[in-house]
Formats: sequence, C-alpha cells, structure tokens
Amino acid sequence: MNIYLDIFLTFARVGGLTFGGGYAMLPILQKEVVEKRGWVSEADVMDYYAISQCMPGIIAVNTSLFVGHKIKGARGSIMAALGVVFPSLVIIMLIAAFISSFSHLNWVQNAFAGIRVCVLVLIVNAIIKLGKSALIDWVTGLVCAAVLLLSVLTDVSPVLLVVASGLVGVLYKGRKEAKKA
Amino acid sequence: MIYLRLFYEFFKIGFFAVGGGLATLPFLEKLSASTGWFTVADLTDMIAISESTPGPIGINMATYTGFKTAGVLGSIVATLGEVLPCVIMVLIIARFLRRFSDNPIVQAVFYGLRAASVGLIAAAGLSVLQISILNLPLFEQTHRLFDLIQWRSVILAAALFFIIKKWKPHPVITIAASAVVGVIFRFAGLA
Repeated sequence: MNIYLDIFLTFARVGGLTFGGGYAMLPILQKEVVEKRGWVSEADVMDYYAISQCMPGIIAVNTSLFVGHKIKGARGSIMAALGVVFPSLVIIMLIAAFISSFSHLNWVQNAFAGIRVCVLVLIVNAIIKLGKSALIDWVTGLVCAAVLLLSVLTDVSPVLLVVASGLVGVLYKGRKEAKKA
Repeated sequence: MIYLRLFYEFFKIGFFAVGGGLATLPFLEKLSASTGWFTVADLTDMIAISESTPGPIGINMATYTGFKTAGVLGSIVATLGEVLPCVIMVLIIARFLRRFSDNPIVQAVFYGLRAASVGLIAAAGLSVLQISILNLPLFEQTHRLFDLIQWRSVILAAALFFIIKKWKPHPVITIAASAVVGVIFRFAGLA
C-alpha cells in the first residue's frame, strides 16, 4: 500500500477509536504506530505527547503531526492530521444533521437539561486537574484570577489574555533567572 | 463571507488554545457572544456530544460548531482552520524537537499560559453554570433567592462529582446516566 494512504488510514483508526481526546488517545496510538507498524519508538511517542501538551493547539492533532513527521516528513504529518480528524468530521456531521430533527421533543430537552449538569461537573474536574499543574505559586494564581475576572467582567478577547499571560511568564521568570545569574 | 470568517476564527482557536479539548471552550463562548451563531446551551450540548463520540474533543467541537453555522462545508472549513496552526507549529518545532521543551523561554511562556488557560476555562464554566444550575428567568419573576437555584440539578451535580471522583467512569457513562436522570425527573421542566 502507498505509505501516505497507510498513514491516513492508520490515523483515521486512531481517531475513530479514541473517546475523549488527548489522554485517551495514547494507548491506541502506541498499539497502532509502535507495536503494529514499528514506525516510531515508544520513547518517541511519549516525547511527542509531552511536547504536544505544552504547545497550543489540539493535543491529539499535534501528537499525530509529530508521528507523521517522523515517518514521512511534512507530507506524512499532514496525512496523519487529516486521518485523525476524519472520523470526527463524519460522525459529528451525521449527529449534527440528525439532532435538529428531534431536538424539539420534550424528552430530548429533558435529557439535555440533565446532560448539561454533567458537562458542568466535567468542566469543574478539568479545571481542578489543570489547576493543580498550572497554579503553582502566587504569580500563576494571580494571573489565573485576573484572567477569570477580566473575561467575566469585560469583553476583552481571550487571545489578548493568553498573549499577556505569556508575557507575564517571560518577564517574571526572566527576572528570576537574571537574579540567579 | 461566512466560510472565511469561520476559518479565521478557528485558526485563532487552534493557535491560542492551550491545554487540551476544553481549552477551546472559552474561545467558542466568546464566539457565540460576538456572532450569535449558536447559544451557550448549544455549546454545552456540543461538549456532551464531543465527549461521548470518538475523536479529539477540540476537533469534534470545531466540526459541530462549523456544521451548526454553515453546514457540511462549514464543518470542514472550521476543522481545517483549527488544524492548520498545529501543522505550522509542529513543522517548525519538529526541527529542533528536544531543545524546544527544555528552552527556558518556552518554559517561562507556558508558565504564564497554563495559568491563563485555567482562568479562561473557569470563566466559560460560569456560563455553563448559569444554564445548568441557575434558573434566572424564574428568579427575575419572583425575586426569591430560593428560586434562583435548581435544587435537583445541584443534587445531580454533587452526586456526579462524588461518583467521578470515586470510580472514574468514562464520560460517556456519566453523560448517558445524566440524560436518563434528566428525562425521569424532567430537568427542563417539561412533561
């Protein structure tokens, strides 16, 4: 089989078998690209995953891009990314097209009202989990609080807040490094 | 040109959302406020569907939002828009892979970024709180503090929080169970 097609299909399988994004993807990715294909090593996958987590973008897509890049350069990485998003496109489009035809039913509205509570809890858990690794001192606590207040009380764009927080990080850590030196 | 706008908005999200699937939520919430393409309730339903179907959550949400806004082509445009910044960044970073994550400047940037991400997601969480637990319409009518909160929802939230902490079930299971509870106890207040 053509290697690019093979990359696309392999990553389409990874995307289609992953429920719940980034973290859930790792075991399936390891099985497909390390054990079955031998395209990359176990250590590579862990490195790619670690880096993908600490860069912007979708973690699963970033990881796929790195693996694809290792296999076949730029074109390999693009095929891997297209593969991993393909099942989402098909499945979500079907659901989105289908759902509007029965979303007016009472029991469906009741069901979604219940689901919203669950989503709230999932978000709270994500905040706790991220918070534990991100809010490690008073500066990060302050940045988090400031961002929260600004985005609730004003119309300022999240992009601006993200950029400003990155700058705060560089300025604060930079000064600390300079003091050490 | 809605497709161009969709592409641009999701390109921005792909470039600035740090910390996994739900990190795209604050951007989508701002987008809903500024464009009116979808509501916060739509967004919350999208999260539920994205969590209970295969595929990366961020991508599922982009596909769903794109479809809701501009059909099949909208789906594709939004998803590709979100993926493109990842492609650009990975192609650059892959050249000096190991040095990237050890670089003190990169570490300093992300030290600030992750904190911001937590604040942004918390802010978006507040609007989900508003539509899932609070009952603003009823409160505005009666002005009784007791009516502001939907107590059934609070009980369900507390139970879910406990169950998730204790048994760590897959989100699909808790979402399905919440749907059943919602139907049985008429969470939307409809017979």
